Amino acid sequence: MHVDVFDQFQIRESQVHHLDPRIKVVVTVAYILSNAILPDGSWLAFGLAWLFLLLANDLANLGLGFTLRRSAIALPFAVVAVSAVFSPLGEPLAVWDLGFITLIPTDFGLIRFISIILRSWLSVQIAILLVATTQFPDLIHALEHLRLPKTLTTIIAFLFRYLFVLTNEVFRILRAREARSAGLPGIRKGGTLGWRIKTTGSMAGQLFLRSYERSDRIYQAMISRGYTGHIRTLNPHQIQNRDWLFLGGSAAFLVIIQFVGWII
Amino acid sequence: MSYAPVHLHIPDGFLTLAVSLLFWLITIIMVGLAVSKTNKSLGERQIPLMGVMAAFIFAAQMLNFPIAGGTSGHFLGGALAAIVLGPWAGILVMTSVIGVQALLFQDGGLLVMGANIFNMGILTAVIGFGLYRLVVRQKKGVRLAVAGGGAWIATMAAALVTSLQLWLSGTTRLEIVLPAMLGVHALIGIGEGLITAAALAYIEQTRPDLLNTEKTLQEGSRGWVVAGVLLTLAAVLISPLASGSPDGLERVAEDLGFLGIGQDAPYQILPDYSIPFLGETALSTILAGIVGAALLLGLLILLGRSLRKRMDTQ
Repeated sequence: MHVDVFDQFQIRESQVHHLDPRIKVVVTVAYILSNAILPDGSWLAFGLAWLFLLLANDLANLGLGFTLRRSAIALPFAVVAVSAVFSPLGEPLAVWDLGFITLIPTDFGLIRFISIILRSWLSVQIAILLVATTQFPDLIHALEHLRLPKTLTTIIAFLFRYLFVLTNEVFRILRAREARSAGLPGIRKGGTLGWRIKTTGSMAGQLFLRSYERSDRIYQAMISRGYTGHIRTLNPHQIQNRDWLFLGGSAAFLVIIQFVGWII
Repeated sequence: MSYAPVHLHIPDGFLTLAVSLLFWLITIIMVGLAVSKTNKSLGERQIPLMGVMAAFIFAAQMLNFPIAGGTSGHFLGGALAAIVLGPWAGILVMTSVIGVQALLFQDGGLLVMGANIFNMGILTAVIGFGLYRLVVRQKKGVRLAVAGGGAWIATMAAALVTSLQLWLSGTTRLEIVLPAMLGVHALIGIGEGLITAAALAYIEQTRPDLLNTEKTLQEGSRGWVVAGVLLTLAAVLISPLASGSPDGLERVAEDLGFLGIGQDAPYQILPDYSIPFLGETALSTILAGIVGAALLLGLLILLGRSLRKRMDTQ
């Protein structure tokens, strides 16, 4: 796995790609916040929020369905919200007697469930768009400008850089386990569960030690190249007029969404 | 890639603003403390170390082991990180891991990240490290057993608090979701505990300089033991109470006013989704019509432009 996995869309050109990363982070968080405070069942406002998303997709030159295709990641979690359908508030819609438990879906519960799913679905898409249009080092730099402690941003920068190295290390370790646990087809390979757990534990320990020793070497190498505790970037970040324009436009759009959600 | 989401990462939209902000507050205080503590006690040398360790936790979450019937055990790593690196560094490492998972993989939301960091980074560090430090002078077998048990309890506590957050947000019915969450994580936690103990045994055997009694005692004061034991007791007491009689817990929360904070906050600003002077009048109907029409128009224009772009490229 290589760092390019995430960079394939980031190198494209568009108005959104060229925006200052700080502005993009702020707008993303504001959009998610706006979704969070919309009342349940304000379908028109959710529709407008979706329109905002489509506009952003369009501005980013990624095609209207870009974020939609990648938005399934939050869906498994929807399972836990299903129980909201059986909220005790509201009018019952049906009675399902399953023997051991009686489930009563209500209109309030159903509206709540659909609203939760919509909020989550819209919010995850804007986050996908943010990552697809911003290079991760720029994102980290933006977080630093937004007053995140430098200790934390530097740790995250290292995490991102060595994530790929260590992932490859994991693949090597997993391949080694595969290669040593040969078995005939149809016959269970590997030892007992206890043995498997011990093996996985040793793999985790081995990975830890390799990472630890690597970090030592990295530090020495960085010191000898003039590392002073601060990671530099070649991209100067300066907020320009078009950034302010985008911020203002987005803010106005979000205010309209809230207005529609609460008042209409 | 074989990235498997661990199912404690709450996505955006599942927690109300009040619950999200409450846990952001707790998380910001804890992470802020962790930053100032590590800045004081560790040199700049430790920063690359913590970064690579964060990448280690991230990568280690890909290690899985087949259990039976196609299911496999996974690894969260919070307890292990806190025991090996010390609790403050462990919290920073887990914070970075959860942050990057949310930003890069959209695994877990941004607004609810405070809650996710609290559940998977802070709780696991306090319980995992606190219990381990309690028995750090004991024999190896005892220590490993407590480390593994602590990792199991930490996973259960994370599942418990996740369920409570969802319930406070009015997203789930506690009596349905809590037993399910605790049941699933009782199993997942066994894998977590066993891998944690096995990894610690391996590290202690190979690099005893990285993991020994003096180092552990230095990294966290006795306060961690108190906090870890208290949180463990709380988790052990609340879990059966909550899954056995959720109505009782609901009553307690209602008496203490939690339920109101969690569920009603956004709705009390504008009762019944209308403001007094506009209300259900013709004006709001007209406005709704205008907005609906604008929405439709916008969609059509966008669709048209998108189609034209596609045709241009072909």
